[in-house]
Amino acid sequence: MFKHIIQRLCSTILLLLAVSFFTFWLMHATPGNFFDSLRLNPQISQETVARYEKLYHLNDPLLVQYGHWVINILHGEWGYSFYYNVPVTHVLGSRLFNTFILSFTSLILTWGIAIPLGIWAALRRNQWVDRILSVFSFAAFSTPSFFLAVLVLYWASRWGGLPLGGMHSPNYDDMSIVGKIKDTALHLVIPASVLSLSAMASLQRIMRGNMLGVLRQQYILAARAKGLPERVVIYRHALRNAFNPLVTLLGYEFASLLSGAALIEIVCSWPGLGSLLLTAVRAKDVYLVMSSTLLAGVLLVMGNVLSDILLTWVDPRIRHAKGK
Amino acid sequence: MQKASNHNSRTQLAFASFRRNRVGMLCLWTLVILYGMAVFADFICPYSYQDEDRNFSYCPPTAVELMDQGRWVRPFVYGRALTFDAVHRRVYVIDQTQRYPIRFLKGGRLFGVDAPGRFYWWGADARGRDIFSRIWYGARISLSIGLLGVAISFILGLLIGGIAGYYGGWVDTVLMRLCEMFMMIPGFYLMLALRAAVPENFNSVQVYLSVVVILALIGWASLARIIRGMALSLRERDFVLAAKTLGVPDIVIIFKHILPQTLSFSMATLMLTVSSYILAEAGLSVVGLGIQDPVPSWGNLLSDAMGIVPVIFAPWILLPGLFIFIAVMCFNVVGDSLRDAFDPMFSGDSQ
Repeated sequence: MFKHIIQRLCSTILLLLAVSFFTFWLMHATPGNFFDSLRLNPQISQETVARYEKLYHLNDPLLVQYGHWVINILHGEWGYSFYYNVPVTHVLGSRLFNTFILSFTSLILTWGIAIPLGIWAALRRNQWVDRILSVFSFAAFSTPSFFLAVLVLYWASRWGGLPLGGMHSPNYDDMSIVGKIKDTALHLVIPASVLSLSAMASLQRIMRGNMLGVLRQQYILAARAKGLPERVVIYRHALRNAFNPLVTLLGYEFASLLSGAALIEIVCSWPGLGSLLLTAVRAKDVYLVMSSTLLAGVLLVMGNVLSDILLTWVDPRIRHAKGK
Repeated sequence: MQKASNHNSRTQLAFASFRRNRVGMLCLWTLVILYGMAVFADFICPYSYQDEDRNFSYCPPTAVELMDQGRWVRPFVYGRALTFDAVHRRVYVIDQTQRYPIRFLKGGRLFGVDAPGRFYWWGADARGRDIFSRIWYGARISLSIGLLGVAISFILGLLIGGIAGYYGGWVDTVLMRLCEMFMMIPGFYLMLALRAAVPENFNSVQVYLSVVVILALIGWASLARIIRGMALSLRERDFVLAAKTLGVPDIVIIFKHILPQTLSFSMATLMLTVSSYILAEAGLSVVGLGIQDPVPSWGNLLSDAMGIVPVIFAPWILLPGLFIFIAVMCFNVVGDSLRDAFDPMFSGDSQ
């Protein structure tokens, strides 16, 4: 099992390198040197420009520059954000944490609601519950998430019970710890629920499909023929097998969650990685773009590794095959 | 399992089964109507997409009047007078002294009113442009961008998936790792990163094309994987062996014998990809990185609505979102019905 996970880790590190090189190449394919506009900026001293020009070896070939960038990253030197006028790491840390909170909450919401709904729909196949759920899934799946967010914000502005954006109230700093958590949770309600609604729709359909597939298998027939109670057949025999493919999906689910989160962050002004990347792209802030893309990749790799570990945990076949 | 030799009849069977699916057909016809409206936008819309009148900023939808003092008359609209309320907000009062009859088929347009009057059937945006017209002109961009993007993705996917699946071995491994790389980056992040590489001084056609390319680059990988899977199983079939024995070159086998087989099956996936591209374009444009004003797309029409304040005072600017929803929903339903039609196992009818 450990060998398997280490193998996966190595290949993902290779992937990360490739992704970052691709982003790097893209940023440098842009016509003009971003330092040109920097030199004209009176707020940044010529010394800083010269220092960074030297640090990133801007006059070397692309591959050498990339090599230096990687070495700098490994040394914890992530580059300088010319837009915020501070080192990139100063901006990234809190943003990463915020995105993590948002994605994690909606991941739990999505899985906690979609899986039972999927099972329910499969067991009541073609009855009215299933029909309503499938119409609902199609509708949720087809609504642009940012549009849904605006609709919810519109409704909330009428109702007035929930904060309309941002992550903290203005008086956040004066609150007690409990008050702070409560305040953040209140701000989290709209973005997290909108984000999970979109993800829930597809997950519910997939779970329903898997469950139906498993229920057709011979061993379910055998279990029923044996006279096992229906509850045991469903929850012990069918559910565990229907669940396994979903765990593999978790990694990719995380990717779509992250991109979904980016748009929601922008609409709900949640200070996360996605909205940071948008600012960075608009300002052509090279190192900020590179670093946030890289960080999104790292988050994704973490998601994949997590799903691998989970898979070996829930699926004994994999556990034993790798243990030999 | 039917043999691949009666492939045509199987495709026909699938289409026949699709035609029996009422919801699927309804959605297909809705799409046909949407595309038709987009094509004939010049005729259908009362105004061009950049016809603006700043005096009618956020003018509410104009009601079409059919009755005048209890009598039926030909349809007309009342004029609007702009006043300001106590907190200096714009309020448009209906001015019953001004009446503009609706003229049909005048100046090459289906309907409209004479000059000083404005006919905002679905309201106006911040610069007093007709939302109705902008939605149908925007449909040209939003609906075509998905199709074009998918066409490019599909060609890339066919090529790379076909080659990977046919040759297998290290070619397969290398190409599939490449696909995984693209699938691993979150789509929206990839889109933003790609957009960062697009020069800012592009004109609207260049921006349109670059958005198409960006969309194509995010979606080809998953298509390639699906096609590779199909090619992997197809290359074991007898007809491929027969072609090889006859000395047909590999490239001909891939293009003439393997890829056409994958077409019908990938159609469902293609539909779903179109819908995801429409959503992606909307997402990119809504944050101001896609199609740029004054050229409308459903995404950038909504960018106005991203601030909550305009939405509260002019909820009709949310209408383009409804059209995104309808188009995406229809593509999804058609794709799903096609998949059911092509894959009887999936819908469970075969058992």
